[in-house]
Amino acid sequence: MIPAFLLLIIFVFYPIVDTVYVSFLSKGTGNFVGLANYNYVLFEKVNPLINIPNILQGLFPMGALIHNLIWILIHLPLTVMLGLAFAVLLRDVKGGTIVKAIVFLGIVVPLVVGGVLFRYVYDSDAGVVNAALRIVGLGAYARDFTQFRETALFSVILGSIWIWTGFAMIVYSAGLEGIPKEMYEAAEIDGTSRWKTFWRITVPMLRATTLVVITLTLLWELKIFDIVYVVTQGGPGGASSVLAFEMYNQAFYANDYGAGSAIAVILTLMTFGVAAYLVSRMSRT
Amino acid sequence: MKAAISSLLEQAKKRVFDFFNKIKSFRIKLPSKKPKLSTVIVHLVAWLIALIWLIPFLGVAIASVRPFSEVQFGWWNIHPFTLTFKNFVDTWTGATTLPLSRAMLNSLIVTIPATFIPISISALAAYSFARFRSRTKDTLFLFLVLLQTIPQQMVIVPIFVLFRNLNLLNNYIGLILLHSAFALPWQILFLRNFFSALPIEIEEAALVDGASHFKIFWRVVLPLTLPALASLISLQFVFVWNDFFFALVTILNPTAKLAPQIIPLLIGRLNLNYSLLAAGSILVMIIPVAIYVALQRYYVRGLTAGAVKG
Repeated sequence: MIPAFLLLIIFVFYPIVDTVYVSFLSKGTGNFVGLANYNYVLFEKVNPLINIPNILQGLFPMGALIHNLIWILIHLPLTVMLGLAFAVLLRDVKGGTIVKAIVFLGIVVPLVVGGVLFRYVYDSDAGVVNAALRIVGLGAYARDFTQFRETALFSVILGSIWIWTGFAMIVYSAGLEGIPKEMYEAAEIDGTSRWKTFWRITVPMLRATTLVVITLTLLWELKIFDIVYVVTQGGPGGASSVLAFEMYNQAFYANDYGAGSAIAVILTLMTFGVAAYLVSRMSRT
Repeated sequence: MKAAISSLLEQAKKRVFDFFNKIKSFRIKLPSKKPKLSTVIVHLVAWLIALIWLIPFLGVAIASVRPFSEVQFGWWNIHPFTLTFKNFVDTWTGATTLPLSRAMLNSLIVTIPATFIPISISALAAYSFARFRSRTKDTLFLFLVLLQTIPQQMVIVPIFVLFRNLNLLNNYIGLILLHSAFALPWQILFLRNFFSALPIEIEEAALVDGASHFKIFWRVVLPLTLPALASLISLQFVFVWNDFFFALVTILNPTAKLAPQIIPLLIGRLNLNYSLLAAGSILVMIIPVAIYVALQRYYVRGLTAGAVKG
């Protein structure tokens, strides 16, 4: 127990407390400035975390915090539904295990490599997506989607769906194994349709699994960093930036530890919200 | 004449019709069922999924073994097709950026201890956590769940300052300990569940025989835990190897950089050479993929064990 506590105190507890403390200090002089850093990163800095004028006009960048929320809005329902659909579909298919292994590979490779993989897909000359657009006569829309304000964020989100679906699928596959076969046999004898069986047996029996998939996916979406760093560097002009990337930029490019720490605290409060939701739901069931 | 032809046609039609009817009836007697349309569609969808998920890998694999000039306008253009391993040699020896050979060796130097140190520490901690009664157990459990969700960004500024003051920047000892500390919460939780499920009677028997707690742990509990340890080893190895952020901040010296750090360097040039980037990507991903393939059962079980139990 002692080595565990020692490591946790030095490398986790102390840094957490210190980050909270530093987030109240000004850059350079280190004076206590209250919530000034929070106000600065949320609304005042260049490319603030919440860019209200741009949000009102529907323009990117809308701010890293909003980008994370957009990420969740698109990525969460799609990966959860695709993960469940793939798990159910591939369970009954010959060679389904091979297909599963292929889909799962995206989560095994380093995220920086995952970023490279889908960056290549979007390339204006060498990418599959644009080649397909040219073939179906939409060549006018062909471009490197990661390099334009309107599309950069969405292209990275789509790539992250390609990466993360494998995780949701593998967790759902394990959850499916826990459903007693007798339930399906009984449904078959009653002549229940596949569709009805799915909604009346599979989905309700997987409720606990779904809860875990949702929380782990939310945490992943909030912490996203590597693929943004590799594919867009948060650009162009901050149009695809996210909280974790802004934190890195603020602390280690602008060398403003106070502002960087403030972003880290905001991010951590959001992950704690997700964790609290999980714990409260778990204790209720 | 016309009437004769049409009657002949009618006869022929009838024959053909009868023939097919016979086949049909013959078929029905066969035990094998005609595949349902829905089954066919399901299989088609399954292979479409495989194709969509395979294409990015396929593109990188093909681009990596051809000169960039050939794949500049798409790796699917196969005329001309020159097979070459120059891209691999160039990224390995660092003809254009830092040598990947060195970076991969560095990654191994970090990953191996950062895999085994936290596992041995969390095994001991989780054992006492699961076996010894204490009122604070529930609080501790909640605490570990919360710690699991901490983003790396939340600790990185103090860690950077600490490492700079202790001369641990560009030094693997700091990075290894940092990774070890970050692994403890999820590993302790994972092993706690596993230890709790072990039958306590075996240990009680050993205790009656006069074995010490440590001896029981070493001789009785640990051998029973091997599958769980295999899960932890494969997961932690891949996590540490794949990690980018901690290395990005703490390893700044070019010759000390780790394998994933080389990938952005291969991108960060004016004319993006996808063939080199593809070769580099394959070299960096080959280690985690090999671990996954070799320990697939344990890897997947470890990933889903906590999740499914909730």
